[in-house]
Amino acid sequence: MPRPIEWQLGTVTGIQTETPTVRSFTLGLPEWLGHRAGQHVDIRLTAEDGYSVERSYSIASEPELAGQLEITVERIPNGEVSPFLHDVVVEGDRLEVRGPIGGYFVWETSLGGPLLLVAGGSGVVPLMAMLRHRARAGATIPTRLLFSSRGPDEIIYRDELDRLAGHGDGLEVAYTLTRQQPPGWTGYSRRIDDRMLDEVLRPLGSGARTYICGPTALVETAANALLRLGLPADRIRTERFGPTGT
Amino acid sequence: MTEPFVTRGFVGRRTQPGEAGDLASRIPPGQYLTPDFPVLSAGPTPRTPLDKWTFAISGLVREPKQWTWDEFLALSARDWTVDISCVTKWTKLDMNWRGVSVDTLFENVELDPSAAFVIAWSDGGYTTNLPLGDVLNGQAFVAYEYDGAPLAPEHGGPARLVVPARYFWKSAKWIRGLRLQREDEPGFWESLGYHNRGDQWLEERYSGD
Amino acid sequence: MDEPGRDPAADLMVDGNAVAGTLMGVFGEEVTTMPGQCAHCGTVNMIGGLHAYVRGPGIVLRCPVCHGVVIRAVERGEATYVDAQGMRYLRFRQTTVTGG
Repeated sequence: MPRPIEWQLGTVTGIQTETPTVRSFTLGLPEWLGHRAGQHVDIRLTAEDGYSVERSYSIASEPELAGQLEITVERIPNGEVSPFLHDVVVEGDRLEVRGPIGGYFVWETSLGGPLLLVAGGSGVVPLMAMLRHRARAGATIPTRLLFSSRGPDEIIYRDELDRLAGHGDGLEVAYTLTRQQPPGWTGYSRRIDDRMLDEVLRPLGSGARTYICGPTALVETAANALLRLGLPADRIRTERFGPTGT
Repeated sequence: MTEPFVTRGFVGRRTQPGEAGDLASRIPPGQYLTPDFPVLSAGPTPRTPLDKWTFAISGLVREPKQWTWDEFLALSARDWTVDISCVTKWTKLDMNWRGVSVDTLFENVELDPSAAFVIAWSDGGYTTNLPLGDVLNGQAFVAYEYDGAPLAPEHGGPARLVVPARYFWKSAKWIRGLRLQREDEPGFWESLGYHNRGDQWLEERYSGD
Repeated sequence: MDEPGRDPAADLMVDGNAVAGTLMGVFGEEVTTMPGQCAHCGTVNMIGGLHAYVRGPGIVLRCPVCHGVVIRAVERGEATYVDAQGMRYLRFRQTTVTGG
Protein backbone atom coordinates (compact mmCIF):
# COMPACT_ATOMS: atom_id res chain seq x y z
CA MET A 1 0.00 0.00 0.00
CA PRO A 2 1.63 3.28 -0.94
CA ARG A 3 1.85 5.85 1.83
CA PRO A 4 0.84 9.46 1.11
CA ILE A 5 4.49 10.30 0.73
CA GLU A 6 5.05 7.80 -2.09
CA TRP A 7 4.29 8.36 -5.72
CA GLN A 8 1.56 6.21 -7.21
CA LEU A 9 0.37 5.90 -10.77
CA GLY A 10 -3.14 7.09 -11.51
CA THR A 11 -5.00 6.53 -14.75
CA VAL A 12 -7.06 9.28 -16.30
CA THR A 13 -10.53 7.76 -16.53
CA GLY A 14 -12.47 10.90 -17.37
CA ILE A 15 -11.99 14.47 -18.52
CA GLN A 16 -14.71 17.07 -18.05
CA THR A 17 -14.81 20.65 -19.26
CA GLU A 18 -16.03 22.94 -16.49
CA THR A 19 -15.47 26.33 -18.16
CA PRO A 20 -13.55 27.45 -21.26
CA THR A 21 -10.33 27.46 -19.23
CA VAL A 22 -11.02 24.87 -16.55
CA ARG A 23 -11.06 21.09 -16.80
CA SER A 24 -11.58 18.31 -14.32
CA PHE A 25 -9.65 15.08 -14.50
CA THR A 26 -10.81 11.89 -12.83
CA LEU A 27 -7.93 9.68 -11.81
CA GLY A 28 -8.34 6.02 -11.00
CA LEU A 29 -6.03 5.02 -8.17
CA PRO A 30 -6.74 1.47 -7.11
CA GLU A 31 -4.60 1.76 -3.98
CA TRP A 32 -5.86 5.16 -2.92
CA LEU A 33 -6.23 5.25 0.85
CA GLY A 34 -8.75 8.03 0.86
CA HIS A 35 -8.48 11.67 1.79
CA ARG A 36 -10.17 14.42 3.77
CA ALA A 37 -12.01 17.23 2.02
CA GLY A 38 -9.62 20.14 1.47
CA GLN A 39 -6.48 18.11 0.97
CA HIS A 40 -4.46 18.16 -2.20
CA VAL A 41 -2.26 15.91 -4.27
CA ASP A 42 1.07 16.54 -5.93
CA ILE A 43 1.26 15.63 -9.61
CA ARG A 44 4.66 14.94 -11.16
CA LEU A 45 5.43 15.07 -14.86
CA THR A 46 8.69 13.60 -16.14
CA ALA A 47 10.19 14.03 -19.59
CA GLU A 48 12.26 11.35 -21.28
CA ASP A 49 15.53 12.96 -20.28
CA GLY A 50 14.54 12.97 -16.63
CA TYR A 51 13.48 16.61 -16.42
CA SER A 52 10.53 16.76 -14.07
CA VAL A 53 8.14 19.25 -12.58
CA GLU A 54 5.61 18.98 -9.80
CA ARG A 55 2.46 20.89 -9.04
CA SER A 56 -0.11 20.67 -6.28
CA TYR A 57 -3.81 20.42 -7.08
CA SER A 58 -6.64 20.38 -4.59
CA ILE A 59 -8.79 17.28 -4.63
CA ALA A 60 -12.23 18.25 -5.90
CA SER A 61 -13.99 14.99 -5.12
CA GLU A 62 -15.49 13.85 -1.87
CA PRO A 63 -13.71 11.28 0.32
CA GLU A 64 -16.67 8.94 -0.01
CA LEU A 65 -15.62 7.86 -3.53
CA ALA A 66 -13.30 4.89 -3.32
CA GLY A 67 -10.34 4.22 -5.57
CA GLN A 68 -10.51 7.48 -7.47
CA LEU A 69 -10.22 11.20 -7.12
CA GLU A 70 -10.92 14.24 -9.21
CA ILE A 71 -8.75 17.31 -9.67
CA THR A 72 -9.91 20.51 -11.32
CA VAL A 73 -7.25 22.47 -13.17
CA GLU A 74 -7.33 25.98 -14.57
CA ARG A 75 -5.30 26.37 -17.74
CA ILE A 76 -2.71 29.06 -17.15
CA PRO A 77 -1.52 30.37 -20.54
CA ASN A 78 2.20 30.51 -19.78
CA GLY A 79 2.17 27.64 -17.37
CA GLU A 80 4.30 24.58 -17.67
CA VAL A 81 1.92 21.98 -16.31
CA SER A 82 -1.66 23.11 -16.81
CA PRO A 83 -1.37 23.58 -20.59
CA PHE A 84 0.09 20.08 -20.76
CA LEU A 85 -2.81 18.65 -18.77
CA HIS A 86 -5.36 20.48 -20.89
CA ASP A 87 -3.80 20.10 -24.32
CA VAL A 88 -2.01 16.76 -24.26
CA VAL A 89 -3.47 14.44 -21.66
CA VAL A 90 -6.22 12.06 -22.82
CA GLU A 91 -8.20 9.30 -21.14
CA GLY A 92 -6.00 6.32 -20.53
CA ASP A 93 -2.90 8.38 -19.82
CA ARG A 94 -1.17 7.77 -16.54
CA LEU A 95 0.08 10.43 -14.16
CA GLU A 96 2.24 10.20 -11.06
CA VAL A 97 0.34 11.28 -7.97
CA ARG A 98 1.40 11.72 -4.35
CA GLY A 99 -0.92 12.27 -1.45
CA PRO A 100 -3.24 13.05 0.17
CA ILE A 101 -1.39 16.03 1.52
CA GLY A 102 -2.23 18.84 3.88
CA GLY A 103 -3.91 18.45 7.22
CA TYR A 104 -4.20 22.16 7.82
CA PHE A 105 -6.98 23.01 5.40
CA VAL A 106 -9.50 20.23 5.90
CA TRP A 107 -13.13 20.02 6.92
CA GLU A 108 -15.35 17.11 7.67
CA THR A 109 -18.83 17.01 9.11
CA SER A 110 -17.52 15.88 12.50
CA LEU A 111 -15.85 19.30 12.87
CA GLY A 112 -19.29 20.89 12.78
CA GLY A 113 -20.23 24.41 11.81
CA PRO A 114 -21.71 26.81 11.01
CA LEU A 115 -19.50 26.81 7.93
CA LEU A 116 -18.39 29.79 5.87
CA LEU A 117 -16.57 29.07 2.62
CA VAL A 118 -15.03 31.89 0.58
CA ALA A 119 -13.61 31.17 -2.86
CA GLY A 120 -11.92 33.10 -5.64
CA GLY A 121 -11.77 31.43 -9.03
CA SER A 122 -10.18 27.99 -8.89
CA GLY A 123 -9.96 28.42 -5.11
CA VAL A 124 -13.40 26.85 -5.09
CA VAL A 125 -11.92 23.40 -5.74
CA PRO A 126 -11.08 22.28 -2.19
CA LEU A 127 -14.27 23.91 -0.93
CA MET A 128 -16.21 21.88 -3.49
CA ALA A 129 -14.76 18.71 -1.99
CA MET A 130 -16.11 19.93 1.36
CA LEU A 131 -19.55 20.61 -0.10
CA ARG A 132 -19.67 17.28 -1.90
CA HIS A 133 -18.70 15.53 1.30
CA ARG A 134 -21.33 17.50 3.21
CA ALA A 135 -23.99 16.43 0.74
CA ARG A 136 -22.91 12.76 0.81
CA ALA A 137 -23.03 12.75 4.56
CA GLY A 138 -26.54 14.20 4.51
CA ALA A 139 -25.44 17.00 6.80
CA THR A 140 -27.67 20.00 7.49
CA ILE A 141 -24.95 22.17 9.03
CA PRO A 142 -25.71 25.82 8.15
CA THR A 143 -23.27 26.64 5.34
CA ARG A 144 -22.61 29.61 3.10
CA LEU A 145 -20.34 29.70 0.07
CA LEU A 146 -19.30 33.11 -1.23
CA PHE A 147 -17.79 32.53 -4.66
CA SER A 148 -16.02 35.21 -6.68
CA SER A 149 -15.53 34.74 -10.42
CA ARG A 150 -14.71 37.11 -13.24
CA GLY A 151 -17.78 36.45 -15.38
CA PRO A 152 -20.78 34.14 -15.75
CA ASP A 153 -19.00 31.68 -18.06
CA GLU A 154 -16.19 31.30 -15.55
CA ILE A 155 -18.20 30.05 -12.60
CA ILE A 156 -16.72 26.61 -12.03
CA TYR A 157 -19.27 23.95 -10.99
CA ARG A 158 -22.13 26.42 -11.45
CA ASP A 159 -24.85 23.87 -12.22
CA GLU A 160 -23.81 21.55 -9.43
CA LEU A 161 -23.59 24.37 -6.91
CA ASP A 162 -27.07 25.58 -7.82
CA ARG A 163 -28.33 22.04 -7.49
CA LEU A 164 -26.74 21.55 -4.07
CA ALA A 165 -28.10 24.89 -2.89
CA GLY A 166 -31.54 23.85 -4.05
CA HIS A 167 -31.64 20.87 -1.68
CA GLY A 168 -32.85 23.08 1.14
CA ASP A 169 -30.48 21.39 3.56
CA GLY A 170 -28.95 24.56 4.97
CA LEU A 171 -26.54 25.45 2.16
CA GLU A 172 -26.75 28.76 0.37
CA VAL A 173 -24.44 29.97 -2.37
CA ALA A 174 -23.73 33.65 -3.09
CA TYR A 175 -21.94 34.52 -6.30
CA THR A 176 -20.09 37.68 -7.12
CA LEU A 177 -18.97 38.48 -10.64
CA THR A 178 -16.22 41.04 -10.67
CA ARG A 179 -15.76 41.90 -14.35
CA GLN A 180 -18.84 41.00 -16.29
CA GLN A 181 -22.43 40.32 -15.31
CA PRO A 182 -25.18 38.87 -17.50
CA PRO A 183 -28.44 40.80 -18.02
CA GLY A 184 -30.76 40.40 -15.08
CA TRP A 185 -27.97 39.40 -12.73
CA THR A 186 -29.11 39.50 -9.10
CA GLY A 187 -25.90 38.38 -7.43
CA TYR A 188 -23.06 40.61 -6.27
CA SER A 189 -21.10 42.56 -8.87
CA ARG A 190 -17.89 43.57 -7.21
CA ARG A 191 -14.79 42.30 -5.50
CA ILE A 192 -15.25 40.77 -2.07
CA ASP A 193 -15.32 43.45 0.61
CA ASP A 194 -16.29 43.92 4.26
CA ARG A 195 -19.92 44.72 3.53
CA MET A 196 -20.40 41.67 1.35
CA LEU A 197 -18.80 39.38 3.88
CA ASP A 198 -20.87 40.89 6.66
CA GLU A 199 -24.07 40.10 4.75
CA VAL A 200 -23.01 36.55 4.00
CA LEU A 201 -21.66 35.88 7.48
CA ARG A 202 -24.55 37.44 9.42
CA PRO A 203 -26.92 34.43 9.38
CA LEU A 204 -24.07 32.15 10.50
CA GLY A 205 -22.84 34.19 13.43
CA SER A 206 -19.35 34.75 14.77
CA GLY A 207 -18.95 31.09 15.67
CA ALA A 208 -18.59 30.19 12.02
CA ARG A 209 -15.71 27.98 10.98
CA THR A 210 -14.21 29.59 7.89
CA TYR A 211 -12.18 28.37 4.93
CA ILE A 212 -10.90 30.86 2.37
CA CYS A 213 -9.18 29.74 -0.82
CA GLY A 214 -8.03 31.55 -3.94
CA PRO A 215 -5.43 34.03 -5.15
CA THR A 216 -3.35 35.41 -2.29
CA ALA A 217 -4.71 38.96 -2.61
CA LEU A 218 -8.34 37.83 -2.37
CA VAL A 219 -7.60 35.53 0.55
CA GLU A 220 -5.91 38.31 2.49
CA THR A 221 -8.68 40.79 1.79
CA ALA A 222 -11.29 38.32 2.97
CA ALA A 223 -9.36 37.12 6.01
CA ASN A 224 -8.64 40.65 7.19
CA ALA A 225 -12.27 41.65 6.68
CA LEU A 226 -13.51 38.66 8.67
CA LEU A 227 -11.14 39.48 11.52
CA ARG A 228 -12.56 43.01 11.52
CA LEU A 229 -16.06 41.51 11.63
CA GLY A 230 -15.14 39.71 14.82
CA LEU A 231 -14.31 36.20 13.68
CA PRO A 232 -11.62 34.69 15.90
CA ALA A 233 -8.37 34.09 14.02
CA ASP A 234 -8.21 30.45 15.04
CA ARG A 235 -11.53 29.78 13.28
CA ILE A 236 -10.17 30.94 9.93
CA ARG A 237 -8.09 28.70 7.69
CA THR A 238 -6.60 30.02 4.48
CA GLU A 239 -5.23 28.45 1.34
CA ARG A 240 -3.49 31.06 -0.75
CA PHE A 241 -2.85 30.08 -4.35
CA GLY A 242 -0.29 32.76 -5.10
CA PRO A 243 -0.82 35.37 -7.79
CA THR A 244 -3.77 35.06 -10.15
CA GLY A 245 -2.82 33.38 -13.35
CA THR A 246 -0.25 31.01 -11.96
CA MET B 1 16.14 0.22 -9.09
CA THR B 2 13.02 0.75 -11.15
CA GLU B 3 13.06 3.05 -14.14
CA PRO B 4 11.49 6.41 -13.40
CA PHE B 5 8.07 6.80 -14.94
CA VAL B 6 8.02 8.92 -18.08
CA THR B 7 4.91 10.98 -18.70
CA ARG B 8 3.64 10.49 -22.23
CA GLY B 9 4.02 13.59 -24.35
CA PHE B 10 5.65 15.77 -21.69
CA VAL B 11 8.63 17.81 -22.76
CA GLY B 12 8.69 20.68 -20.32
CA ARG B 13 9.33 24.34 -20.75
CA ARG B 14 12.84 24.28 -22.06
CA THR B 15 14.11 26.07 -25.08
CA GLN B 16 13.87 23.29 -27.63
CA PRO B 17 16.65 22.71 -30.12
CA GLY B 18 16.00 25.01 -33.02
CA GLU B 19 13.63 27.30 -31.09
CA ALA B 20 16.16 29.90 -30.16
CA GLY B 21 17.76 30.13 -33.59
CA ASP B 22 20.92 32.16 -33.57
CA LEU B 23 20.38 32.99 -29.89
CA ALA B 24 20.97 29.39 -28.88
CA SER B 25 24.63 29.96 -28.14
CA ARG B 26 23.68 32.58 -25.57
CA ILE B 27 21.54 30.24 -23.51
CA PRO B 28 23.48 28.37 -20.83
CA PRO B 29 22.93 24.62 -20.47
CA GLY B 30 19.61 23.59 -18.95
CA GLN B 31 18.05 27.01 -19.29
CA TYR B 32 15.05 28.27 -21.26
CA LEU B 33 14.48 31.68 -22.75
CA THR B 34 11.89 33.95 -21.20
CA PRO B 35 10.59 37.29 -22.45
CA ASP B 36 9.32 38.12 -18.95
CA PHE B 37 11.17 39.25 -15.87
CA PRO B 38 9.92 36.79 -13.24
CA VAL B 39 9.68 37.95 -9.65
CA LEU B 40 11.09 35.44 -7.23
CA SER B 41 11.20 36.11 -3.55
CA ALA B 42 12.23 34.62 -0.24
CA GLY B 43 10.23 37.02 1.85
CA PRO B 44 8.46 40.35 2.17
CA THR B 45 9.86 43.16 0.03
CA PRO B 46 12.16 45.34 2.14
CA ARG B 47 11.35 49.05 2.04
CA THR B 48 14.14 51.28 3.26
CA PRO B 49 13.31 54.93 2.65
CA LEU B 50 15.93 56.59 0.47
CA ASP B 51 16.78 59.13 3.13
CA LYS B 52 17.79 56.27 5.41
CA TRP B 53 19.48 54.15 2.72
CA THR B 54 23.24 53.77 2.76
CA PHE B 55 25.71 51.59 0.90
CA ALA B 56 28.79 50.46 2.77
CA ILE B 57 32.09 48.80 2.01
CA SER B 58 33.46 47.29 5.19
CA GLY B 59 35.60 44.52 6.58
CA LEU B 60 39.18 44.10 5.38
CA VAL B 61 39.61 47.64 4.09
CA ARG B 62 41.84 50.29 5.56
CA GLU B 63 38.82 52.46 6.29
CA PRO B 64 35.19 51.53 5.78
CA LYS B 65 33.34 53.73 3.31
CA GLN B 66 29.66 54.61 3.23
CA TRP B 67 27.52 56.51 0.77
CA THR B 68 24.09 58.01 1.20
CA TRP B 69 21.62 57.61 -1.65
CA ASP B 70 22.43 61.02 -3.09
CA GLU B 71 26.14 60.35 -2.81
CA PHE B 72 25.71 56.99 -4.48
CA LEU B 73 23.84 58.51 -7.42
CA ALA B 74 26.66 61.02 -7.83
CA LEU B 75 29.15 58.24 -8.46
CA SER B 76 30.26 57.60 -11.99
CA ALA B 77 27.64 55.26 -13.49
CA ARG B 78 27.19 53.57 -16.82
CA ASP B 79 24.72 51.52 -18.78
CA TRP B 80 25.04 47.76 -19.02
CA THR B 81 23.30 45.32 -21.37
CA VAL B 82 23.72 41.79 -20.13
CA ASP B 83 22.16 38.34 -20.24
CA ILE B 84 20.87 36.93 -16.97
CA SER B 85 20.28 33.34 -15.91
CA CYS B 86 18.39 32.26 -12.81
CA VAL B 87 19.00 28.86 -11.29
CA THR B 88 15.26 28.21 -11.60
CA LYS B 89 16.04 27.78 -15.31
CA TRP B 90 14.95 31.01 -16.95
CA THR B 91 17.34 33.10 -18.99
CA LYS B 92 16.63 36.61 -20.17
CA LEU B 93 18.77 38.20 -22.85
CA ASP B 94 19.77 41.82 -23.31
CA MET B 95 18.62 43.25 -20.02
CA ASN B 96 19.36 46.95 -19.75
CA TRP B 97 20.63 48.22 -16.43
CA ARG B 98 22.24 51.38 -15.17
CA GLY B 99 24.49 51.41 -12.18
CA VAL B 100 27.92 51.72 -10.64
CA SER B 101 30.68 49.25 -11.31
CA VAL B 102 32.06 47.52 -8.24
CA ASP B 103 35.48 48.62 -9.54
CA THR B 104 34.35 52.23 -9.12
CA LEU B 105 33.18 51.49 -5.57
CA PHE B 106 36.50 49.87 -4.70
CA GLU B 107 38.40 52.94 -5.96
CA ASN B 108 37.16 54.60 -2.81
CA VAL B 109 38.68 52.11 -0.39
CA GLU B 110 42.02 50.49 0.15
CA LEU B 111 41.67 46.72 0.19
CA ASP B 112 43.73 44.80 2.69
CA PRO B 113 45.99 42.34 0.85
CA SER B 114 44.36 39.48 2.77
CA ALA B 115 40.88 40.32 1.48
CA ALA B 116 39.86 37.35 -0.64
CA PHE B 117 36.06 37.12 -0.46
CA VAL B 118 33.17 39.52 -0.72
CA ILE B 119 29.96 39.05 1.22
CA ALA B 120 27.09 40.99 -0.28
CA TRP B 121 24.48 41.72 2.35
CA SER B 122 20.98 43.09 1.92
CA ASP B 123 17.97 44.49 3.69
CA GLY B 124 15.85 41.62 4.91
CA GLY B 125 18.88 39.53 5.89
CA TYR B 126 19.86 38.01 2.55
CA THR B 127 23.53 37.36 1.89
CA THR B 128 25.57 35.86 -0.91
CA ASN B 129 29.31 35.27 -1.23
CA LEU B 130 31.73 35.75 -4.11
CA PRO B 131 35.49 35.45 -4.47
CA LEU B 132 36.98 38.92 -4.82
CA GLY B 133 38.19 38.10 -8.32
CA ASP B 134 34.58 37.51 -9.46
CA VAL B 135 33.49 41.09 -8.81
CA LEU B 136 36.45 43.03 -10.24
CA ASN B 137 37.30 44.11 -13.76
CA GLY B 138 33.83 44.96 -14.90
CA GLN B 139 32.24 41.69 -13.79
CA ALA B 140 29.84 43.19 -11.25
CA PHE B 141 27.89 46.36 -10.67
CA VAL B 142 25.32 47.82 -8.32
CA ALA B 143 22.28 48.66 -10.43
CA TYR B 144 19.60 51.21 -9.58
CA GLU B 145 17.85 51.43 -12.92
CA TYR B 146 16.35 48.75 -15.10
CA ASP B 147 15.06 49.44 -18.61
CA GLY B 148 15.46 53.17 -18.15
CA ALA B 149 13.40 53.46 -14.96
CA PRO B 150 14.24 53.28 -11.26
CA LEU B 151 14.62 49.67 -10.20
CA ALA B 152 11.27 48.44 -8.84
CA PRO B 153 11.17 47.14 -5.26
CA GLU B 154 10.04 43.65 -6.30
CA HIS B 155 13.13 43.40 -8.49
CA GLY B 156 15.48 44.57 -5.79
CA GLY B 157 15.11 48.34 -5.80
CA PRO B 158 16.37 50.80 -4.83
CA ALA B 159 19.62 49.00 -5.70
CA ARG B 160 20.79 45.47 -6.29
CA LEU B 161 24.03 43.75 -7.12
CA VAL B 162 24.29 42.32 -10.63
CA VAL B 163 26.88 39.67 -11.46
CA PRO B 164 25.94 38.52 -14.98
CA ALA B 165 28.38 35.63 -15.16
CA ARG B 166 26.76 33.89 -12.20
CA TYR B 167 23.29 32.51 -11.52
CA PHE B 168 21.04 35.34 -10.51
CA TRP B 169 20.88 34.37 -6.83
CA LYS B 170 24.34 35.92 -6.58
CA SER B 171 22.89 39.24 -7.75
CA ALA B 172 21.68 40.25 -4.32
CA LYS B 173 18.51 42.32 -4.29
CA TRP B 174 18.13 45.23 -1.88
CA ILE B 175 21.88 45.31 -1.39
CA ARG B 176 23.22 47.55 1.36
CA GLY B 177 26.88 46.66 1.39
CA LEU B 178 29.89 44.57 0.53
CA ARG B 179 32.04 43.14 3.28
CA LEU B 180 35.59 42.06 2.49
CA GLN B 181 36.81 38.96 4.32
CA ARG B 182 39.76 36.63 4.43
CA GLU B 183 37.50 33.63 4.86
CA ASP B 184 34.66 32.60 2.62
CA GLU B 185 31.19 32.60 4.17
CA PRO B 186 28.46 30.76 2.28
CA GLY B 187 25.39 32.94 1.93
CA PHE B 188 21.67 32.30 2.19
CA TRP B 189 21.38 29.74 -0.60
CA GLU B 190 25.00 28.60 -0.65
CA SER B 191 24.58 27.36 2.91
CA LEU B 192 21.62 25.22 1.92
CA GLY B 193 22.97 23.10 -0.90
CA TYR B 194 23.50 25.57 -3.71
CA HIS B 195 26.85 25.83 -5.41
CA ASN B 196 29.37 28.10 -3.78
CA ARG B 197 30.41 29.69 -7.07
CA GLY B 198 27.40 29.44 -9.40
CA ASP B 199 28.89 29.70 -12.89
CA GLN B 200 25.91 29.12 -15.19
CA TRP B 201 28.05 28.05 -18.15
CA LEU B 202 29.50 25.22 -16.09
CA GLU B 203 26.01 24.55 -14.72
CA GLU B 204 27.20 25.00 -11.15
CA ARG B 205 23.74 24.89 -9.58
CA TYR B 206 24.24 22.72 -6.53
CA SER B 207 27.18 22.01 -4.26
CA GLY B 208 29.05 19.08 -5.70
CA ASP B 209 28.12 19.91 -9.30
CA MET C 1 -5.61 45.18 -3.67
CA ASP C 2 -3.79 48.02 -5.37
CA GLU C 3 -3.39 49.82 -2.08
CA PRO C 4 -0.43 52.14 -1.87
CA GLY C 5 2.22 50.71 0.42
CA ARG C 6 1.13 47.14 -0.27
CA ASP C 7 4.07 44.83 -0.84
CA PRO C 8 4.27 44.31 -4.63
CA ALA C 9 5.42 40.76 -4.09
CA ALA C 10 2.80 39.95 -1.43
CA ASP C 11 0.80 37.99 -3.95
CA LEU C 12 3.64 35.51 -4.20
CA MET C 13 3.15 34.34 -0.66
CA VAL C 14 1.23 31.15 0.03
CA ASP C 15 0.50 29.13 3.16
CA GLY C 16 2.83 26.54 4.64
CA ASN C 17 0.16 24.02 3.76
CA ALA C 18 1.14 24.48 0.12
CA VAL C 19 4.48 22.80 0.73
CA ALA C 20 3.03 20.05 2.86
CA GLY C 21 4.23 17.49 0.34
CA THR C 22 7.84 18.60 0.57
CA LEU C 23 7.63 18.71 4.36
CA MET C 24 6.10 15.26 4.40
CA GLY C 25 9.10 14.05 2.45
CA VAL C 26 11.38 15.58 5.08
CA PHE C 27 9.59 14.63 8.27
CA GLY C 28 7.95 11.47 7.01
CA GLU C 29 4.65 12.69 8.42
CA GLU C 30 1.99 15.27 7.77
CA VAL C 31 3.30 18.22 9.82
CA THR C 32 1.00 21.05 8.82
CA THR C 33 -1.10 20.85 11.97
CA MET C 34 1.89 20.51 14.27
CA PRO C 35 2.85 23.59 16.24
CA GLY C 36 6.33 25.07 16.15
CA GLN C 37 7.83 27.92 18.15
CA CYS C 38 9.43 30.75 16.21
CA ALA C 39 13.03 31.20 17.41
CA HIS C 40 12.88 34.94 16.67
CA CYS C 41 9.72 36.08 18.44
CA GLY C 42 8.62 33.07 20.45
CA THR C 43 5.12 32.77 19.02
CA VAL C 44 3.80 29.29 18.39
CA ASN C 45 2.29 28.70 14.96
CA MET C 46 1.03 25.67 13.11
CA ILE C 47 3.40 24.77 10.30
CA GLY C 48 0.54 24.93 7.81
CA GLY C 49 -0.08 28.55 8.80
CA LEU C 50 3.46 29.77 8.22
CA HIS C 51 3.96 32.19 5.36
CA ALA C 52 5.55 30.32 2.47
CA TYR C 53 7.66 31.78 -0.29
CA VAL C 54 8.11 29.10 -2.90
CA ARG C 55 9.16 30.90 -6.04
CA GLY C 56 12.88 30.91 -6.10
CA PRO C 57 15.80 28.64 -5.51
CA GLY C 58 14.09 27.11 -2.49
CA ILE C 59 11.25 27.21 -0.03
CA VAL C 60 11.26 29.73 2.80
CA LEU C 61 8.70 29.50 5.59
CA ARG C 62 8.34 32.60 7.73
CA CYS C 63 6.61 33.36 10.98
CA PRO C 64 3.25 35.03 10.28
CA VAL C 65 3.82 37.32 13.26
CA CYS C 66 7.41 38.56 12.98
CA HIS C 67 8.25 37.37 9.41
CA GLY C 68 11.51 35.81 10.58
CA VAL C 69 12.69 32.72 8.71
CA VAL C 70 11.50 29.58 10.48
CA ILE C 71 12.29 26.84 7.99
CA ARG C 72 14.23 26.82 4.71
CA ALA C 73 14.38 23.93 2.29
CA VAL C 74 16.03 23.20 -1.02
CA GLU C 75 14.93 20.17 -2.98
CA ARG C 76 17.65 18.91 -5.24
CA GLY C 77 17.05 15.65 -6.97
CA GLU C 78 17.08 12.88 -4.45
CA ALA C 79 17.95 15.03 -1.44
CA THR C 80 16.30 17.89 0.39
CA TYR C 81 18.39 20.30 2.44
CA VAL C 82 16.48 21.59 5.43
CA ASP C 83 17.40 24.35 7.85
CA ALA C 84 15.07 24.67 10.81
CA GLN C 85 17.24 26.92 12.98
CA GLY C 86 14.44 29.45 12.97
CA MET C 87 12.27 27.02 14.87
CA ARG C 88 13.05 26.69 18.55
CA TYR C 89 10.96 23.55 18.69
CA LEU C 90 8.55 21.54 16.61
CA ARG C 91 5.97 19.61 18.56
CA PHE C 92 6.15 16.50 16.42
CA ARG C 93 3.42 13.97 16.94
CA GLN C 94 3.51 10.62 15.21
CA THR C 95 0.20 9.96 13.56
CA THR C 96 -1.34 7.06 11.71
CA VAL C 97 -0.86 7.42 8.01
CA THR C 98 -4.30 6.65 6.65
CA GLY C 99 -6.02 9.53 4.95
CA GLY C 100 -3.58 12.16 6.24
